[in-house]
Amino acid sequence: MSATVAAPPGVVRRALRGMGARFGLAIAVLFLLVTLFAPLLAPYDPYEQDLSNALSPPSAQHWFGADQYGRDTLSRILYGTRTALLAIVMADGLALLLGGAIGLVAGTLGGRADALLMRVVDVLLAFPYLLLALIIVAALGPSLTNSVIAIGLIYTPQYARLMRGQVLTVQAADFVVAARSVGASQTRVMLRHVLPNSFTPVLVLATLQSGAVVVETAGLSFLGLGAQPPSPDWGALLADGHGYFLTAWWIATFPGLAIFLVVVGFNLLGDALRDQYDPRLR
Amino acid sequence: MGRYVAARLVQLVFVLAGVSVVVFVTMHLLPGDVAQLLLGDHATNEQLQRLRIQLGLDQPVWVQYARFMADALRGDLGTSIQSNRPALDDVLAAFPVTLQLALASLLLATLCGVPVGVVAAVRHGSRFDTAVMTLTLFGVSMPIFWLGLMLLVLFAAGLGWLPVGGLMPIGLDPPRITGMSVVDSVLSGDPAAIGASLRHMLLPSVTLASVPLALIARITRAEVMAAATADHVRTARAKGVAEPRVVLRHVLRNAAIPIVTVIGLQLGLLLSGAVLTETIYSLPGLGRLMVDSILSRDYPVVQAGALFIALLFVVVNLLVDLLYAALDPRISRA
Repeated sequence: MSATVAAPPGVVRRALRGMGARFGLAIAVLFLLVTLFAPLLAPYDPYEQDLSNALSPPSAQHWFGADQYGRDTLSRILYGTRTALLAIVMADGLALLLGGAIGLVAGTLGGRADALLMRVVDVLLAFPYLLLALIIVAALGPSLTNSVIAIGLIYTPQYARLMRGQVLTVQAADFVVAARSVGASQTRVMLRHVLPNSFTPVLVLATLQSGAVVVETAGLSFLGLGAQPPSPDWGALLADGHGYFLTAWWIATFPGLAIFLVVVGFNLLGDALRDQYDPRLR
Repeated sequence: MGRYVAARLVQLVFVLAGVSVVVFVTMHLLPGDVAQLLLGDHATNEQLQRLRIQLGLDQPVWVQYARFMADALRGDLGTSIQSNRPALDDVLAAFPVTLQLALASLLLATLCGVPVGVVAAVRHGSRFDTAVMTLTLFGVSMPIFWLGLMLLVLFAAGLGWLPVGGLMPIGLDPPRITGMSVVDSVLSGDPAAIGASLRHMLLPSVTLASVPLALIARITRAEVMAAATADHVRTARAKGVAEPRVVLRHVLRNAAIPIVTVIGLQLGLLLSGAVLTETIYSLPGLGRLMVDSILSRDYPVVQAGALFIALLFVVVNLLVDLLYAALDPRISRA
């Protein structure tokens, strides 16, 4: 009884046929490899200060130069992939769990519960993204964890909407009607039949959002509201670079390039997946 | 149309009430004691208790919310802990800087994005089209704080053509009339001030315009391509109407409504998204005020700023929707 309403087989393989998608996948895989092997790849300890090398430009010893404390920029960027991955997993995960649960409950129960939950979602959607993130960080206090929670929360409404729409579609399918007619409980129908068949588009949304999550986490860190020094976070590296852009261009240039590459990669990958699921957009 | 406007206005009241609840709840119910914050770590328990009563913090939450809303509706959003001025005054003083930046960016994004999108659509599949699609993908993927820094590195630090930040060079400030440096400079009639204000706005506007420009170019391309396949366009071509006239009169006109909507919706996003740009270029706007207030834990200003920006965002988006409905009567009848 696992008719796949949402995920026709081979859809991921088909999505990866295009050039852009393959490029995106290559970047995503490279990104994951770097997070795993950062300690082996990094030529220096990302925290090690060497004031005699402060602000030294790119050279054979320091390919991407060194920052104001003589720390190796390349090593800090390589370790920064870990913060970025953590942000993607935690923020996307929070939005997915919370938004998914709201959407599932609203869609399954319908009626007043649905109306109430969706009005709350509408109000959250009425806020500009960054503003909502700012007030949540303001309330919780600046830190990496809190900035990631804030970003997870601002994406929650989108997941809730998508999940609810999926649930409404799946609920009308014959196998759900059949399950109900043989006396399956509300909870059982929701968890065993509706949830597994509504989930794939939500995962696609998560891929699509990954790039934005990286940019927004870095943005909050850049403003001083996310990761705090001396952690090697890409946004914090850019903030360091902001202080020295007149004399040391390399501090900001290379971390930004890393963010840019990862975001392009995830956007290409997400676009390809979305095109497969939503043929109208092709 | 009248009923549609009325329905949207009722909806607006509910959304704004919801927004005020969200702002109030995040500012009041999460960790951190306002009284402790105001009095500092050395305050005695008695002092803290007295202040809590004075601020109404000992009342039930719904009473606090009712008082907060009653004050807010009278324009009283509390006093800034930092400047000791009414929080709303600080917000309103910073707003023109953000408004000027957002409008300049929107103008730039529209003037570049629409023509680029039209040409890409007319020649779709060409090298120009491929280049536009690639560059716009880069445009939406590039973190604007990085783009801003790179422009500074290149044009301010490297070539020395443009200033590194701020609104005006010291000593050239025109008399404050609107609070928008370019407008005030034009009103003052001083050519040096006009030139300086424009030079200071150039990099920030380009930076903030990057994402909307890419989006406007993409939506224009898609809408023009869709409109170009309509029957009346084929008829016009069959009648022998010249190609530029076909594009301008028959295609663009029909593609215009969704494009106008997307442009309008960008304004709300630009007003709230200016915080990173304002930080990079040291502009004393609303976004910068919000971040500084969060870092110094000046909650009345954070609260006033959040309410003000959210109100602005909701109202701008409502106006865009109403404009859309006025341009396309099918919407209000739906």
